[in-house]
Amino acid sequence: MGRFKQKNDKGAPSLNMGSMSDIIFMLLFFFMVITTMRESSLYVKITVPKGTEVTKLERKSLVSYINIGIPLDAKYGTEPRLQLDDQIANVDNVRDFVESEKTARTEEESNLLTFAIKADGKVKMGMISDIKQELRNAGALKIFYNASKDASK
Amino acid sequence: MGKKSTPGLNTSAMSDISFLLLAFFLMTSNINTDMGIARRLPPPLPPDFEKPEVRERNIFQVKINRNDMILFNKEVGDISLLKQRAKEFLGNPTNSPDLPEKVDMQIDYLGTYPVSKGVISLQNDRGTSYEAYFKVQNELTAAINEMRDELSRAKFSKAYKDLDQPHKEAIDKAIPVAISEAEPKGGK
Repeated sequence: MGRFKQKNDKGAPSLNMGSMSDIIFMLLFFFMVITTMRESSLYVKITVPKGTEVTKLERKSLVSYINIGIPLDAKYGTEPRLQLDDQIANVDNVRDFVESEKTARTEEESNLLTFAIKADGKVKMGMISDIKQELRNAGALKIFYNASKDASK
Repeated sequence: MGKKSTPGLNTSAMSDISFLLLAFFLMTSNINTDMGIARRLPPPLPPDFEKPEVRERNIFQVKINRNDMILFNKEVGDISLLKQRAKEFLGNPTNSPDLPEKVDMQIDYLGTYPVSKGVISLQNDRGTSYEAYFKVQNELTAAINEMRDELSRAKFSKAYKDLDQPHKEAIDKAIPVAISEAEPKGGK
């Protein structure tokens, strides 16, 4: 008897934490792969309108954004302006923007290119119609009106 | 002297660091959450283009003025009625002579289906707000989506969103997005 020694100084056994960081790293890589970085910071204030029939925008690599809203920086005035890529621009620049977006992609992909119009609800349609006309003339026919899901209905 | 193994490092702080990194990436990135309505613009018109003759019964006019008031069927109406009216117009269930004509078309999976010749003509002022315009687009899309869903349930006893791609295309052909946008009125 007395072969099995009873330990009396037993606290909680220490866990090996070495693999914990591996798991967290795995999670980290998972999130890095499925998410996209916020591409460009917005220089215009945008509150998109709400809708009930909204669908998801597919294939983000084939989407270019046209942001329209009131500039955050007062030096661009208080009237709604549009932001292409990383700069405040005018309606006349839309055509060049379409061209540069198209040449950045292969020919097949440039036909599938979607232009997402992300506009503030208070922007007047005159501006948006001008942009649509420019897009049409530049041969960019796939467009997308950004909106948020109206959860109240 | 025997070979000594390297002393074990305390790695529990490593997981704290990687948690920090994880939290950083969660905050700076965004999961695909862009929602909205997709549309196709008509291609630019050739200069010698002539306006096609469209019978009045085939047109449903929706106008939005600079005060965001909506006019359809030649009277000022509330946006909550628009969806119902658009459905009545595009569906024409009683084959009324005031509502659009239908053309029998051969469509895969559906056989011969009477496709409506109706076109919703949407016109806005340059002073219309984007929000009002979008609300109208949303209602019109809702009308078309509901009609597609009804047809899908009647023909395939399935919701439209649960159909596979070829069946969806068949339904899309039977109920096309017939929205035509006129040039906006009103000077700059």
